[in-house]
Amino acid sequence: MRMTWVAAVAALAFAGAAHAADIKPAVVYDLGGKFDKSFNEAAFQGAERFAKDTGITYRDFEVQNDSQREQALRNFARRGFDPIVAIGFSQAQAIEKVATEFPDIRFAIIDMVVDKPNVRSIVFKEEEGSYLVGMLAAMASKTGTIGFVGGMDIPLIRKFACGYVQGAKSVKPDITVLQNMTGTTGAAWTDPVKGGELARSQFDRGADVVYHAAGGTGIGVLQAAADADKLGIGVDSNQNALHPGHVLTSMLKRVDNAVYTAFEDAQNGSWSNGVQVLGLAEEGVGWALDENNDKLVTDEMKDKVEAATSKIISGDIKVHDYMADNTCPTS
Amino acid sequence: MEAVLPVLDSAVRLSVPLILAALAGLFSERSGIFDIGLEGKMLIAAFAAGAVAGVTASAWLGLAAAVVASVAFALVHGYASITQRGNQIVSGVAINFLASGLTAFLGQAWFSQGGRTPPVPAGGRFAEIELPGAEALRGVPLVGPVYAELISGHNLLVYLAVLAVPLSAWILYRTRFGLRLRAVGENPAAVDTAGISVAWLRYRAVMIAGIFCGFAGAYLAIAQSAGFIRDMTAGKGFIALAALIFAKWRPWPVLGACFLFGLLDAISIRLQGARLPIVGEVPVQAIQALPYLLTVVLLAGFIGRAVPPRAGGVPYVKEH
Repeated sequence: MRMTWVAAVAALAFAGAAHAADIKPAVVYDLGGKFDKSFNEAAFQGAERFAKDTGITYRDFEVQNDSQREQALRNFARRGFDPIVAIGFSQAQAIEKVATEFPDIRFAIIDMVVDKPNVRSIVFKEEEGSYLVGMLAAMASKTGTIGFVGGMDIPLIRKFACGYVQGAKSVKPDITVLQNMTGTTGAAWTDPVKGGELARSQFDRGADVVYHAAGGTGIGVLQAAADADKLGIGVDSNQNALHPGHVLTSMLKRVDNAVYTAFEDAQNGSWSNGVQVLGLAEEGVGWALDENNDKLVTDEMKDKVEAATSKIISGDIKVHDYMADNTCPTS
Repeated sequence: MEAVLPVLDSAVRLSVPLILAALAGLFSERSGIFDIGLEGKMLIAAFAAGAVAGVTASAWLGLAAAVVASVAFALVHGYASITQRGNQIVSGVAINFLASGLTAFLGQAWFSQGGRTPPVPAGGRFAEIELPGAEALRGVPLVGPVYAELISGHNLLVYLAVLAVPLSAWILYRTRFGLRLRAVGENPAAVDTAGISVAWLRYRAVMIAGIFCGFAGAYLAIAQSAGFIRDMTAGKGFIALAALIFAKWRPWPVLGACFLFGLLDAISIRLQGARLPIVGEVPVQAIQALPYLLTVVLLAGFIGRAVPPRAGGVPYVKEH
């Protein structure tokens, strides 16, 4: 009861303070849409949490095609929205252009670096989160073969794959990791049929755990894993609940925290431009454990992953970043 | 053998939507109505199937909804190109755009999941069927594994799609309706002179196309996957159209062409990341271009001239 009071008083004080620096934040989602059960939905949840905590409303927009990105950003900027957060690497060009046109407005972009004085670029150390789920996959695998299904074949997705392989090999050096990419165009993010087929092809070759980094295509991967009574690994948001008992874990990319912090910083006046790299240490990435998968993850697995987590944070384990030199030390 | 069977199995699964869509195109185009809108009809059908099966948890209701939606779109195409004598290509392209926009819009408005339908529960999907004796025969060399893995263990729509091929051949070549349908695509004036309604014949052909596309869409949404995702047909309608031309508008070759395309797709999936002798690891891009490259090469050099039905694309105007 007392806690509630404290919270209420704090909220009141906060609301009073917030009044002075009221902001008009906005979010522009990427093509998957804000309810993609994955990347964009995480951003949506961050924005919603901020709105609930502070009572400040925000506006958002879901682009339906590439040409709308610039229009949406410019529209928000012209109407005085500030800060404007763009979700996804594909927005980089649009942000660069609109940020130049509106130098007084603060922009943020997720998953890409845009070198402008009024842009905060937020990137994640996906390789660290993928390393951890790679360890889990290797420990859960009974066949000694695990799989990875990527969406579009771009360096960012190879980064997921590379971290995953490193993690798996750290537990079982002789493990085989099958890797497939869905395609080379944007359609590779929305093809669940192909995703399912890729997963089945990996199961046929002996894999029993498959990790996806493929957006909507990944829904088909997880479905195929559930149908075949194997294990899938989700990505970006917590996807454990999609098929309870058949999703080993999910690699969390805390886009929600990034959006929340961006809004909060703008409100408190502690906004900073430039590059922000969020890894395990910053709780920008992680893995999901909840009631849907607690039977799949044994205590031993949990201990090992937690040990690796602290070693990565302390720097004792260095996870190679594929995008640093576009190569992966193991495959 | 162990490496080949899963690839063939995967080829069967991948070729089913192509077979159904190509048969749809076969009926429509044989009656003289070009159908660029196979893709759009499949998409709206997949959406209807995913939405209805997701809400009711019944695969059969999903299939019914898919057929109804697809036939409705087919009738729009029919009205534009038969009754209004519009340009059939333009109408087909319009169907594709309409389906792509409408499914995303309705999906968002009804389910607010970014144009996706809710995940279909177990009863809302066509489950895999184990054919009798599959397990008992598995031990028999050669025949056993082929029967148990390749022939058995698909869902109902796969078997229906394969059965649809002889059925279509029988309808087109052995029934009076089929004879008239083929005639109206070659020489509608002669059919008209014989006192048969050209418009009604063509409407029936277009509706049959709608039914087949409905099955194809339902297969994508509630058999192969568990729900609709925006633009999930991913160009299969156009591949089916290519297969139809490839097969020179005949039912049995349609089966062959579609299976070939499915097989290329399945092989391209297996070859990814595999190391081949001499060339080493093949880049993803090269593998994925393979089906298209082969299509062009085969179309250019090997199948000879593909002659479409003579009255195809020409609206029929009765002489006075």
